[in-house]
Amino acid sequence: MSNLLKNIIRFVLFILVQAFVLNKVPPLHQFVKPYLYFLFILWLPFNVSRSLLLLIAFVFGLMMDYFSGVPGLLAAPCVLIAYLRPFLISILLPQEAAEASYSEPSIRSMGWAPYSVYVIILTFVHHAFLVFIEWRMNFSGFVFFIGKTAGCTAVSLLLIFITELLFNRKTKFRTNAA
Amino acid sequence: MRNIFVFIRRFFTFFLFLILLGISFAILVKYNQTYRAVFDNTAGELTGNFDKRYSDIEYYFHLTETNKALSDQNNHLLNLLGTSFDAPDSTKQYKIDSLSNDTLHKVRKYLYLPAKVVNNAVSNEFNYITIYRGARQGVKKDMAVVGPNGVVGKIILVNDNYSRAMSLLNGKSKVNALLKKGLVAGAVEWDGADPQYLVMRKVTRSATVQRGDSVITSNISGLSYPPGLLIGTVAQIKQESAGGSYVLKIKTATNFYTLQYVSLVENVLRNEQETLEDQTP
Repeated sequence: MSNLLKNIIRFVLFILVQAFVLNKVPPLHQFVKPYLYFLFILWLPFNVSRSLLLLIAFVFGLMMDYFSGVPGLLAAPCVLIAYLRPFLISILLPQEAAEASYSEPSIRSMGWAPYSVYVIILTFVHHAFLVFIEWRMNFSGFVFFIGKTAGCTAVSLLLIFITELLFNRKTKFRTNAA
Repeated sequence: MRNIFVFIRRFFTFFLFLILLGISFAILVKYNQTYRAVFDNTAGELTGNFDKRYSDIEYYFHLTETNKALSDQNNHLLNLLGTSFDAPDSTKQYKIDSLSNDTLHKVRKYLYLPAKVVNNAVSNEFNYITIYRGARQGVKKDMAVVGPNGVVGKIILVNDNYSRAMSLLNGKSKVNALLKKGLVAGAVEWDGADPQYLVMRKVTRSATVQRGDSVITSNISGLSYPPGLLIGTVAQIKQESAGGSYVLKIKTATNFYTLQYVSLVENVLRNEQETLEDQTP
């Protein structure tokens, strides 16, 4: 399957799963809300240019917003993590060996530890920014900001961990023949 | 001049990032002020369509509760019918007069329209409800949304075939309310903590409040909500730390988890009241 087609399918699937499965989960607590949709941005191929990455993230975030009700709320954190992603990848993989031989970030292409750091940092940044905006709109206490960031990050990391276990992405080793 | 272009090209990604972030915030701010900036017909119809399909499936899982709520409401209305009452005094005689007009000059103020809920959220900070009935079917902005058991919210956006309501479970929602016992005024809001409970503030300390007291919409909120509709019942009574007022925790009358059918209430005399109030110097 071509990379483009694969990512278009992912785009649609992530939005539908977030909108009609995870958003329908009854709330466990005020601070705990399951978010998984932004994994789409983390899984985009290495060779997407930085400007295109920003545009994709913006459109993706805005689409997600229309399904959840407040336009602009999720688009902003998506654009932020799309902007930070290339920096993080170049810090974690300075030798650029993986970028040349694998198509997208995964446990196999980056290694177990760098990939975890990559996911944890971007998840935390996404939630911190999202909750910060909600906090400013809502004028609730500082405990809300700390608590919701921590709660959402924990649940998201758990969901991402399960997703990685369930969908063992066979990232092809890129050869000259392909 | 050339240097400017070189500078822009060098930091192109960063500028693009700032521009997109700016657009996001512009949409967010504008949407939250006017509620209509971005919710145009195309996006509304697209997500509305998806929501409708999802709701058609999910609907079957709530049939029992929906039927029960509707039959309870029917029963309640049947009890209000004139034929359910009997005149205890048999010496009086009633005559049916043949006038076609109501000589008491009663004027209809509230008009109820039925509608189906196609999308509903309870887990966000700002919860909205999508309703499958739009401007073509007579929905207008600021109409009240009422469920079989009590108040649900208020219409904020209207599209050709769909409309969007702000649920009571929304950080921006505020409804003028009364304690049914003693008719003490207050304002009902949501603190975002639990979808089963609302918060009623600014209740004077001179009021006698008990757990289980009913909270109803007040006549001040009558521009959208018909007065006397049930919002919920008092579940907990707290005293505000600084001011001299009670903060009441209200158990919602509506079960927001299983909302399927609602009535939209139009205040037919709204324009008259509003123009009069606007004329006040």
